[in-house]
Amino acid sequence: MNIFRLSIKNIFNKPLSSAISLALLVLGIGIISLLLQLNSLIKDQMNNNLKGIDMVVGAKGSPLQLILSSVYHVDSPTGNISLAEAEKISKNRMVGSSIKLLYGDNYKGYRIVGAEKKFIELYNGIIKEGREWNSPYEVLVGSKVYQKLKINLEDELISSHGLRESGESHDDESFKVVGLLKPSNSVIDQLIITSPQSVWNIHETHDHDDEDEHEHDDEDEHEHDHEHEHDDREITAMLIKFKSPMNIIQFPRQINENTNLQAAVPSYEISRLFKLFGFGIETLSYLAYIIIIVSGFSLFINLFNSMNERKYEMALIRTLGASRFQLSIMIIFESLILTILGFILGLLFSRFGVMFVSSLMEESLNYNLNSFKILIEEYWLLVMSVLIGLISSLIPVIRVYKMNISKILADE
Amino acid sequence: MIKTKDLAFNYDNQVFFKFPNINLKSNEDLLIIGSSGIGKTTLLHLLAGLLNSNSGSIELFGKELNQLSSHQLDRFRKNNIGIVFQRPHFVNSLTVKENLQLAQYIGNKKNNNRIDSILKNLNILDKSNKKTNLLSQGEKQRASIALAIVNSPKLILADEPTSSLDDSNCFNVIKLLKKQATEYGAQLIVITHDSRLKKHFNKSIEL
Repeated sequence: MNIFRLSIKNIFNKPLSSAISLALLVLGIGIISLLLQLNSLIKDQMNNNLKGIDMVVGAKGSPLQLILSSVYHVDSPTGNISLAEAEKISKNRMVGSSIKLLYGDNYKGYRIVGAEKKFIELYNGIIKEGREWNSPYEVLVGSKVYQKLKINLEDELISSHGLRESGESHDDESFKVVGLLKPSNSVIDQLIITSPQSVWNIHETHDHDDEDEHEHDDEDEHEHDHEHEHDDREITAMLIKFKSPMNIIQFPRQINENTNLQAAVPSYEISRLFKLFGFGIETLSYLAYIIIIVSGFSLFINLFNSMNERKYEMALIRTLGASRFQLSIMIIFESLILTILGFILGLLFSRFGVMFVSSLMEESLNYNLNSFKILIEEYWLLVMSVLIGLISSLIPVIRVYKMNISKILADE
Repeated sequence: MIKTKDLAFNYDNQVFFKFPNINLKSNEDLLIIGSSGIGKTTLLHLLAGLLNSNSGSIELFGKELNQLSSHQLDRFRKNNIGIVFQRPHFVNSLTVKENLQLAQYIGNKKNNNRIDSILKNLNILDKSNKKTNLLSQGEKQRASIALAIVNSPKLILADEPTSSLDDSNCFNVIKLLKKQATEYGAQLIVITHDSRLKKHFNKSIEL
């Protein structure tokens, strides 16, 4: 037996009143930690996918929608733009590199993106099994897609039109899986990627059913020739990296003013989005801090009442020879054990919360967030929990110091 | 050696107690008898070092209690004094055995064998893993005696240990206290208004 064990026994002797303070603390700490985690995970995820993209060019519409659809692959595209016009922009002297993206189809809800091979390099995608595509209708599959849908090399995927699972299916169009990508913790994990030509082929056969087949046998390196033959070909969006970061101010405005294309800068749009988020997060965290303060009060009232109930037992412990200091330590332990336990359970709560939100996001957006690292802010939560434990035991400790053992024992 | 001289105490300048001198050789037990409100408990608390006297002196085993700091008093108490209260008190979250272990922890005298032998001696060994609120009144009284003697005190102070008991139980308890005191080599001072106890003590003082 020692003071620490005595404190634990005391806590468990009154499980109900301890549980209420604990539950409040877990809730408060849990909500704050969950907000911190989600905020950091979403920011990480967003920024990770933003690397190397200074500007996105697409059809007119909402700039945020353009970014969400072509950088994060979560919203519908704003429309299509003509390939010729996109080429004109990509040849501008301010443009360092550009990647054309084409949408159109999905396989069981996962987007099939027509893109140049640079697209995979942009996200440091590495082929785990198989090879790159060499001809149209060959696809590389992102890690989450093949894990979720149990896709293997050489499988045939029959796509549906549009970006949702329910779209009309191209019965005659099937893609062949030639490669599987390693997990890269970026958007390509949840994409099926093919050559631009594949997407053009599908939609051209739809639009011009009687066109000759041989035109579609052409491969990537012949794309350039195609442009002149088919000026009506379209792409969905183009990701652009500038030669110099200075261009980010001037060039998007030029495009928006002088062409019928839209240029959007992902970093602007995303920070705008975070500002909207931020307001909600701030409000919620104020609420959570209030809950934590209430839990501190509840802890204090709890301790204070139990001091009164246990005054004889405290007097007894003193007559056994325990010092005031030992008794105070007992009370402080009782409070700290609860607050530290509250902190640990709160963190567990938030991790379950992250898993839950992640599974929701995965269902609706094919996005997931997985990281269980402890944030620096969460260490501050620990400091705060300890402080609450100390503050709420302050008055009970002072009372123990002033306790008149003789008077309590004579009162019986 | 237990000696008090001209001991007096007053509460808030209103109630004033003056106590007769006590002079006990080692091995001598003492019965202090007095009716209610005469300061019996006050005297016990003075002897236990729970209260500081206003005047006079207490000398226990060669130590002048008035000259000890509160910290030294705590230490003196845990090394020398066991108290049996009028109503038994325990730490309610602990079992009988854990209460005794706590007392040993506070007194730095960890010894589980001694706990078992005391509980056996008091005939409550089978209750050692019970919470104290599940004990009967008699068992509680015996457990509180165990708590008073577990750290081998030189002096056991008992406050009205028999006041609520019938004759046969009164006899049993006082026999038990005396037996324990002799067995563990402690002096016993019983403070009571119960005149039935007179015949069990060679030495008694009337307040």
